Amino acid sequence: MGLGFSFLIACALILGVLLGVEVLGLNYLFAVIIPYLAFGVFFFGFIAKILKWARSPVPFRIPTTCGQQKSLPWIKQNKIDNPSSKAGVVARMALEVLLFRSLFKNTKADLHEGGKLTYQWEKWLWLFGLIFHWSFFLVIVRHLRFFLDPVPGFIRILENVDGFFHVDLQALYLTGFGLLLAVTFLFLRRVVIPQVRYVSLAADYFPLFVLFTIAATGILMRYFSRVDVVAIKELAMGLVTFSPTVPEGISVLFYIHIFMVSTLLAYFPFSKLMHMGGIFMSPTRNMANNNRAERHINPWNPVVEVHTYEAYEDEFREKMAAVGLPLEKELSKDEAAATKA
Amino acid sequence: MAKLPKPEELAVINYQPPKTHWMDTPVDFRPGTWIYAGKPESLKTVGLPNPRNWSPEDEDWKLPENWKEILLEGLRDRLDRFRSLRVFMDICVRCGACADKCHFYLGSGDPKNMPVLRAELLRSVYRKDFTTAGKILGRLAGARELTYDVVKEWFYYFYQCTECRRCSVFCPYGIDTAEITMIGRELLNLIGVNVDWVVTPVANCYMKGNHLGIQPHGLVDSFEFLQENIYDITGINIDLSFNRKGAEILYVPPSGDVFADPGTFSLMGQLMLFHEIGLDYTLSTYASEGGNFGLFTSNEMMKRLNAKIYAEAKRLGVKWILGGECGHMWRVIHQYMDTMNGPADFLEVPKSPITGTVFEHAKSTKMIHVVEFTADLIKHNKIKLDPSRNAGLKVTFHDSCNPSRAMGLLEEPRYILKHVCDFYEMPEETIKEKTFCCGGGAGLGSDENMEMRMRGGLPRANAVKYVKEKYGVNMLACVCAIDRATLPPLMEYWVPGVQVCGLHELVGNALVMKGEKERTENLRFEPLGTEDDD
Repeated sequence: MGLGFSFLIACALILGVLLGVEVLGLNYLFAVIIPYLAFGVFFFGFIAKILKWARSPVPFRIPTTCGQQKSLPWIKQNKIDNPSSKAGVVARMALEVLLFRSLFKNTKADLHEGGKLTYQWEKWLWLFGLIFHWSFFLVIVRHLRFFLDPVPGFIRILENVDGFFHVDLQALYLTGFGLLLAVTFLFLRRVVIPQVRYVSLAADYFPLFVLFTIAATGILMRYFSRVDVVAIKELAMGLVTFSPTVPEGISVLFYIHIFMVSTLLAYFPFSKLMHMGGIFMSPTRNMANNNRAERHINPWNPVVEVHTYEAYEDEFREKMAAVGLPLEKELSKDEAAATKA
Repeated sequence: MAKLPKPEELAVINYQPPKTHWMDTPVDFRPGTWIYAGKPESLKTVGLPNPRNWSPEDEDWKLPENWKEILLEGLRDRLDRFRSLRVFMDICVRCGACADKCHFYLGSGDPKNMPVLRAELLRSVYRKDFTTAGKILGRLAGARELTYDVVKEWFYYFYQCTECRRCSVFCPYGIDTAEITMIGRELLNLIGVNVDWVVTPVANCYMKGNHLGIQPHGLVDSFEFLQENIYDITGINIDLSFNRKGAEILYVPPSGDVFADPGTFSLMGQLMLFHEIGLDYTLSTYASEGGNFGLFTSNEMMKRLNAKIYAEAKRLGVKWILGGECGHMWRVIHQYMDTMNGPADFLEVPKSPITGTVFEHAKSTKMIHVVEFTADLIKHNKIKLDPSRNAGLKVTFHDSCNPSRAMGLLEEPRYILKHVCDFYEMPEETIKEKTFCCGGGAGLGSDENMEMRMRGGLPRANAVKYVKEKYGVNMLACVCAIDRATLPPLMEYWVPGVQVCGLHELVGNALVMKGEKERTENLRFEPLGTEDDD
């Protein structure tokens, strides 16, 4: 259900662009208005979401510890997987965000005859997850060449590295193909593995279709249909300098590309894609395991009813006296007599 | 009580999800897979809402009329109070990395036992009432109405999670299902939906100081019984003191160890050790429970039960607190106690009177784990150990969930084990932070839940079986009172021939005490140095 629905929505969006640009001539809408709106929704939506999360306090310090704690000086602490300092937390978070350290631990369990379980090597999700995110990030960085004039040196260096391989004298950007490949893998995995398919929602397929379209149109434009790059740069510069113009002769492929990017941006703050911000706020990862060394404060620490020692002694005084337990309040004469009897 | 299927039947597990969508697959309250409802008297004792007689099998759960309103308001309130909940509701990408990390999923094949789907049970309701997309798109956005059947489903699956946090190790965002089910249980408690195996221990602990409901004189009797056993085995009459003001240390073990084997043996080992080193400590009858089933009820209940420990330490004027071998107890002590009931500014930073070691890592909470304490003693050569008294035992170690994943107590117990016995490690994927739960933690250890316990315990048992076949392991050591109650039947079911013990039972056996008679029996009154097969 979710798969078909997402696919239809993605197709409808593409058709919408074709119709809007080719038939109705709404070039300005798709090249200027929608990108501006989408960016605004993304920017403010992202911040709003982070603020919403941040408004809820962190009442308890609950890191998931994945290694030896800091305890006795002669026992070697795992300072990254069980950090006790800020530096350790920063290292743990950096490895998590940049290298997906937790996902790297992934295994696949298999049940054999007689209830025997084995745990197999399974790093594909980690590998393709990493390829996807890094490719996407580098593709975005490379795209800054459209928005900056002159193009900074680091982008040129990145382009040279990314485009190290040439075919017919043309640089092939590995990240572009990496993105397409990884998105395809993530999609196939979601469909093929029965358990993952069972838990998948429309919201899991939709961004994959959008990303696929973005990557595919990008590759088509660069290697196959040869769009007017100068015109596109003019448009992009117009957007960032807030003096938008829509040059003639830009391929509809580009309109699909920029519309899908806009869709992704506008969709981002309301979706699971917010894991990008959320990972930084996950209390099981971003807190130090120094629980017994530094007191953590709960801002709403509730006042609760407790059963005091006095109430306890009142209830059991005779029985306590009978077995010689020390008392805060001595037995009354009657009680003492009763106990002796 | 339901008849337990044979191991070979239980080991046939179908991991194929059903044809029907999970939202259209109702819960089947099959006997052996759920726990009896909380008794009304226990709910009344601690003032929990809606005390009544009911059973999960019933059609009508006798919920308050406005149950839906209460749950949704409760959820709203908790979204505002717990960032963990807010973030975990929003960021899951359903990658499925957690799925086969859950022992209940591995043992049952029920897709709602995949941590991702367990969380979706709550997330779907969150989407419906707290997100725009869910409100508009409904099921297309993964949202669903909160119905009576959803409540039943929550009950079934939130009490089919042992809150072991193994999934949170593998989740790329650290989404912690324990956080989800703890809050889920808080919500269910608002309408009086809970299990007796949690609520009655809570009521006992609140009024009498311990989960088992042992009254002060009974507790003294039980300890004296252990004292006599120690005398019979060693010829030494150890000192005991209760509620003694001015003692240097307050020692708080889990109460399970006072009453049931093999926990008693482990407790005896600790008492013998404290006697041998001349530790100035006292037990308390009022704070006679290290464990805290409040953790499985609500954060407020956890605080109410935990408050006794600092209160008693203050009343008795001790310098610091020593805690026994218990799993979830240490999650509470380590991650919650100081925040809830601190600051413990009336105590001093724990310092071993024997070695002089200052336990700086506990400088705020002022409570250390007995395993940390003993490891320090051994490191400084302060006790004499004769591992040959554990000859015949081939020991492996079960890392308990909470000390591993909510603390990181990994090398201390291993250090001790290596000094007292023949120690073999289970496979890497099943130990330390990747350890598998016993299947009965977080209040699920009741007998009527036996099938589910055996299912959930399968991955742990399977790893024990591996080392039994490979090295001839015949003893499974652990540092958790719930383990000591739940692992023996698990071993009997899946890996007959492997016994279970607490870490300090092995220490007690190996401990050479001044003036002891020649030992002929171990702490179980079995002849020393021979293999025991039953």
